[in-house]
Amino acid sequence: MTAVAEQIGPWVNEFTRQSPAAPWLQQLRETAFRRFAELGFPTTHDEEWRFTNVASIARKDFPVALPNIAGAALDDVKPHLAKYAAFHQNPFVALNTAFLNRVAVFRVPAGTVLEEPIEITYEATREAAVHPRTLILIGANAQCTIVETYKGRGQYLTNAVTEILAGDGAVVDHYKVQQESASAWHIATLQAQLGRSTNFSSHSISLGGALVRNDAGVVLSEGAEATLNGLYIVNGTQHIDNHTVIDHAKPHGASHELYKGILDGSAHAVFNGRIIVRKDAQKTDSKQTNKNLVLSDDAVIDTKPELQILADDVRCTHGATIGQLDAESLFYLRSRGIGKAEARSLLTWAFAQDIVDRIKVQSLRDSLEGILFEKFHEHAH
Amino acid sequence: MSLLEIKDLHATVGEREILRGIDLTVNAGEVHAIMGPNGSGKSTLAQVLAGREIYAVTAGQVIYDGKDLLEMVPENRARAGIFLAFQYPVEIPGVSNMYFLKAALNTIRKNRGLEELDAFDFLNLVKEKMKLMEMDQTLLNRPVNTGFSGGEKKRNEIFQMAVLEPRLAILDETDSGLDIDALRTVAGGVNALRGPERAMIVVTHYQRLLNYIVPDFVHVLSEGRIVRSGGKELALQLEESGYAALGIEDEEEPVGKV
Repeated sequence: MTAVAEQIGPWVNEFTRQSPAAPWLQQLRETAFRRFAELGFPTTHDEEWRFTNVASIARKDFPVALPNIAGAALDDVKPHLAKYAAFHQNPFVALNTAFLNRVAVFRVPAGTVLEEPIEITYEATREAAVHPRTLILIGANAQCTIVETYKGRGQYLTNAVTEILAGDGAVVDHYKVQQESASAWHIATLQAQLGRSTNFSSHSISLGGALVRNDAGVVLSEGAEATLNGLYIVNGTQHIDNHTVIDHAKPHGASHELYKGILDGSAHAVFNGRIIVRKDAQKTDSKQTNKNLVLSDDAVIDTKPELQILADDVRCTHGATIGQLDAESLFYLRSRGIGKAEARSLLTWAFAQDIVDRIKVQSLRDSLEGILFEKFHEHAH
Repeated sequence: MSLLEIKDLHATVGEREILRGIDLTVNAGEVHAIMGPNGSGKSTLAQVLAGREIYAVTAGQVIYDGKDLLEMVPENRARAGIFLAFQYPVEIPGVSNMYFLKAALNTIRKNRGLEELDAFDFLNLVKEKMKLMEMDQTLLNRPVNTGFSGGEKKRNEIFQMAVLEPRLAILDETDSGLDIDALRTVAGGVNALRGPERAMIVVTHYQRLLNYIVPDFVHVLSEGRIVRSGGKELALQLEESGYAALGIEDEEEPVGKV
């Protein structure tokens, strides 16, 4: 058997064991599974996966479990399902699509303003592979907030795909909180398609997991504005990889991206931010920033901007920093009687606070502040 | 017993020796002015006393309240009552002034065997001290020194000093960057804290500040040593005839600072 066949063998069994679905869905699953079988699991020879080795997933023989949510009827969303998150290039998206079963579907009708956030919590309770799938369809000029939370116990694989379609003039505030167990694998793809003059923001907070890969992609139509913020905090031997793709397909779009990471122990973080400005997309205004605070000698960060600019009248800036706690700030705090450990945790907290402050959902901000407070006190003592 | 006794203190940064044998005794209740041109070691002395780790003490001794000060980490010096008003207060985005000061005060109070202040009592104390410094209360909710003007930063230093009530306050060029009105306010805040239990070391390049904070003793520092000591009239003499009259070279003011 070839290496690929060896890897996908167990998945074939799980695939054939699925309960049958409507013919169109069955066909979609099969197309996706075939694609997964062709691609196989990525290796570090693939440019997109250069710093993230998923061999530990490929080796593992997982049973497949269904997500802990009630699935929606899928016939109605057939035109949208698997349309935004392409599975031709990404084997994990292909795998998720091959196991399409329970899909969380949310529709926000045109012109509606949702006061309360849409909250989706995926919780893994078994040692299995779960393929959560979320589809959010937001009508023109609608406004909503979405909070996705991922958590669980034990060793499992979460392989999630979320697709968002935002109609013209919609205002969408999206949050993804990743609090998987310390031994979990978490692979997730977010793909958002933005209509004209939409205002979309997505905040990715990544705290848990042993190996984490987030792919966040946005395609902007004319006059759309996208904000991608991220906070990742890793310790021990945790590995976190954030890949983002902001695709300015049409003119007059704006994007702002700020990802901040805190690394301790011998953790490894990867940030790869691609910004595409298509030939048509004149007057694009785009800014990308990645800042990393490295608290130990053994932590490693690989950060890379990737700008593909095909239009000529645009403004694109990017910057990345990797640094330690500021010695002058530490001395200032200590000179006022604050102990060294507490001063360190206070400054670390302050570094993260910048992202937390941008969270508009009060309850989420409060709970995150609590989590971060405990985390950094742990760090400090 | 003196509150502070510095004996033959030598300190270096990197390869360069900056303090070359300082001797100074400060008793409770006294205000000592340390004057001198740029590069004479004034700020280094202030920072060494506060425990800044970039300076290495290569010789000498500092006894504070009967204890070996040089053995203490910066936070323990602060808890024992030493306060440095920074020449360049550090901006710390993300940490609110209020949180910072409450944490500092309660750590110091705990060390003095006092009860920690709750939010209500703390706020009352802080409001009173802010009034003294003519400070805008909104500064409390802003991150430490972040976006503060030069004058606001200096006021914030003296405000912190008023809240923390040190036994030995070291003011490092507190007058730099202040206009005359701000200088009066800051000096007023400092004078309000003068008392028989508290000593102050006021580091300054110019005599101007000493019109408002009148020292008991003036010391002139040159090339890492105290070359002259006297009463407050020494400062006036320096103002009139300059450092050159004492045979001290005054370097040009560095451009771009403050």
